[in-house]
Amino acid sequence: MTAPAPARRSRGAVLRTTTGERGERVLTLEGRLDGSSTARLWREATAAARSAGDRGLVVDAAGVDYCDGAGAALLAAIEELSDDGGGSFELRGLRDDLRELVALVAPSKREAAPPPPEPSSIVRLGRGGVQVGRDLRRLVSFIGEAVVALAMVARHPRQLRVRDTIAIAERAGIGAIPIVVGVGFLLGLILAFQGAIPMKRFAAEIFVADLLGLSMLRELGPLMAAILLTARSGSAFAAEIGTMKVNEEIDALTTMGLEPVRFLVVPRVLAAMAVVPALAMATSLSGLLGGLLVYRSLGFPTVTFVNRVVDMVQPFDVAGGLMKAMVFGIIVAAVGCLRGIDTGQGAQAVGISTTSAVVSGIVAIAITDGIFAVVFYVLGI
Amino acid sequence: MPNPAVPTSAHGEPIIRVENLVAGYGDVRIFDDVSFEVRRGEVFVILGGSGCGKSTLMKNMIGLHQPFSGRVLIDGDDIVSARGDARLRILRKIGVMYQQGALFGSMTLRENIELPMEEFTELPREAMDRIAESKLKMVQLEGTAGRFPAELSGGMRKRAAIARAMALDPELLFLDEPSAGLDPITSAELDDTILRLARTLGITFVIVTHELPSIYEIADRVIMLDKEKKGIVATGSPEQLRDHCEIEWVRRFFRRETDPGAEAAV
Repeated sequence: MTAPAPARRSRGAVLRTTTGERGERVLTLEGRLDGSSTARLWREATAAARSAGDRGLVVDAAGVDYCDGAGAALLAAIEELSDDGGGSFELRGLRDDLRELVALVAPSKREAAPPPPEPSSIVRLGRGGVQVGRDLRRLVSFIGEAVVALAMVARHPRQLRVRDTIAIAERAGIGAIPIVVGVGFLLGLILAFQGAIPMKRFAAEIFVADLLGLSMLRELGPLMAAILLTARSGSAFAAEIGTMKVNEEIDALTTMGLEPVRFLVVPRVLAAMAVVPALAMATSLSGLLGGLLVYRSLGFPTVTFVNRVVDMVQPFDVAGGLMKAMVFGIIVAAVGCLRGIDTGQGAQAVGISTTSAVVSGIVAIAITDGIFAVVFYVLGI
Repeated sequence: MPNPAVPTSAHGEPIIRVENLVAGYGDVRIFDDVSFEVRRGEVFVILGGSGCGKSTLMKNMIGLHQPFSGRVLIDGDDIVSARGDARLRILRKIGVMYQQGALFGSMTLRENIELPMEEFTELPREAMDRIAESKLKMVQLEGTAGRFPAELSGGMRKRAAIARAMALDPELLFLDEPSAGLDPITSAELDDTILRLARTLGITFVIVTHELPSIYEIADRVIMLDKEKKGIVATGSPEQLRDHCEIEWVRRFFRRETDPGAEAAV
């Protein structure tokens, strides 16, 4: 035997690496092989086992007086690495009870199935695309289902859960007033201010009122109200219904003969349909108020602002904005409910549904708004 | 209709008939051609190890899950193919208690029990309140009508769920793992409730469980499912399966958990 390499001390256990008579690597372990000493020795011991290659490896563990799960895992790892190297392996001198522990920790010796090949990025992209397509189809068909259920309720009003609908409308509508008013006011303020800067170069600041009136009432009011509803209520719908799904309450409704779509989705969609136009109006009006503040600071009287807005904005602009808001309401509520109903198992699934309700809600609003823009343009409105 | 007071050995004609059921999820088959009957008035237990499809079988029987093929006849009507009003008529005959109770958390117990009555009957509020109270009394939860599910213990929640399942006086009650997560005493109390309802009201119970003490206490008949066979491997009373089943592991299963003390109690 060659002279032993300098021992590496660690609190509790000691590892010595030597070379045996036949050239095999000998690892001598002594002392208490617990979590902390294993942590210190792990890298060195596994490196030594790896370097043994096909020369063979002997682990002399006669001096080990204690070994916990971590220590056993180290011994098992050394054996596995030695097997990989192709040389012989011998675990010498380990107490029988500790040997049993190592056997318990060691992975069973059978051919592991080769891991499935990682799909290429093109395959992943394709799968992602298919998934998005499926998701979109489900979304559209669910919104259709919700609209059919709404029509059913319109024919049989007794089927509507009026109390639930009012409670949801209160939560989603009145609860949202402060935030839509605040955001709308700031939006109007910023828009007027930003609009005034370039217009000033042409001495056209007076038209800030026209710009603001049209954009708030026709576009930004409904859009902001819908986005805020998605964040506040779409997510809440997904979380409520998702939790019910996890708790088997949706199953309970179904076996009671109560269709979840009629029972849970219709009140929410109806409530959202009712409150989004009101919220859109609140957003638009507070936006105009914010704009008015800037307008006055530019030196124009309030009456000019009002006259310009009334002149510019046609009744159809307001009606179109409100109609858009109503459609946004249906979409936001339906997406939130769908995400809730599609929730998987466990608390994490509810979180995923909530996030997904907000993200897909906003995407759906953007797409619908684009469709509205094209339709209005084609109709010349 | 059998007289409810008649002992359990004299059960009537089949109330559920499962015929050639093939079911599973996606591409995975869990059952291959399962057929059996549940007789009116009996306490029928679906038993099997974890992952053998006990709950899946129940979900197929109550129409929550669509099988690949086969029929589930409840009182002669197939729940698998029924749609619309026909399906509703079948669902009105059954009540279900889910593993965690599945009571609606935003409603009191009274509102939970009254919900199906509100939806399907013309009863005045006063009558509904009275009925809700009486259902709670049947499961020894008198005076808790105003409480929310979150204010109840696990055992109370399960009993409240049974009360809700009985709201429309169903002929059939399905219970999914009633003893899961309960201490032995609460579990025994729940068994008593089940037995009393079966004897006094003549309700047929289909229970998914693997609690042996509970099975010996309440079951008239048991079917044993097996993951490998993808179907039923044994049918009979717990005592028959313990003493006379041809399959050794089934006999062992019924003996192992019961000897020596519990067996004496059977």
